[in-house]
Amino acid sequence: MVKRGASIEAKIAVSVKPGFHVNSNTPSEEYLIPLKLTWLPGGALEPGAVVFPKPQMEKYEFSDKPLSVFTGDFDFVVKFKVPEAASQGPGIMLGKLRYQACNNNSCFPPKNADVRLSYQVQ
Amino acid sequence: MSALRLGAVLLTGFLLGCVIYGCSPARPAKAASLKPDGQRHAAPDFALKDADGKTVRLSDYKGKVVLLDFWATYCGPCKIEIPWFMDFERKHKDQGFAVLGVDMDDEGWDAVKPFVNDVGINYRIVVGNDSTADMFGGIEALPTTFLIDRAGKIADVHVGLTSKGEFENAIEQLLQAPAHGGGIMEGREHPAGGPRRVPLAAGLMGAR
Repeated sequence: MVKRGASIEAKIAVSVKPGFHVNSNTPSEEYLIPLKLTWLPGGALEPGAVVFPKPQMEKYEFSDKPLSVFTGDFDFVVKFKVPEAASQGPGIMLGKLRYQACNNNSCFPPKNADVRLSYQVQ
Repeated sequence: MSALRLGAVLLTGFLLGCVIYGCSPARPAKAASLKPDGQRHAAPDFALKDADGKTVRLSDYKGKVVLLDFWATYCGPCKIEIPWFMDFERKHKDQGFAVLGVDMDDEGWDAVKPFVNDVGINYRIVVGNDSTADMFGGIEALPTTFLIDRAGKIADVHVGLTSKGEFENAIEQLLQAPAHGGGIMEGREHPAGGPRRVPLAAGLMGAR
């Protein structure tokens, strides 16, 4: 339940399968595709900052320098403002989390994962 | 500011790695092993554009040994292999060998051209797409590299970073193999222990 005019935040949990890594939101090389969340139009909440955790710097066989990545389980925080004029009742914020994954010897095309956040405006 | 957990957060389709791509953890490169001639299938032909806008067909390369490399600028393992491929191009191009790179960046030439110029890639690059990948049975992992014999048949495929030595050995084997006559001989069974027949052009068989 959220109140009109309030600033709120939520945690989104992510799980990267063992053996794989995804580039962080601030990759260490220009050509790398960053982790990025984009909200789709339609929800009542006003999106604010997306706060990712501190990435890991990992060295891989195929890279001269450590790469800024996420592995395993991690959370990131999404922030919103509830507009004063927001309609009462339930709603959903829909988003796309774009990621690009590799393992130790291969990389995979960038993909989008659906993000779905339910809320109720009082 | 209140920090409220909002309802249930559901991430659909966000099982990275195994579920999306298939469970294929990093594996050691296998020893180079070309398919026996009788087990090779014709490489699919494609028509893609190079950096100059010219159409390039894989069939243009028939008669040559081809290293066909699917790669992308965001792929670190791919970039390890590219200098090797440049060496192979330099060393073997006069022996009937060519490297052909198929870039799979979504951004196409906007991503590829700067990289190609920076690195000084000395072999032809074309930009591929999902249709190209589908023609080759679906390509998800990059790099995926095919070795194609002079008859246009796929002699080997490597998925993921492979050693330079494996490629070199395979290329040399293919370059040393006798050239086939008559083009692609798809689906033919070779007589056990006997020489392969060279197909005669239609119209000559039984001519009197």
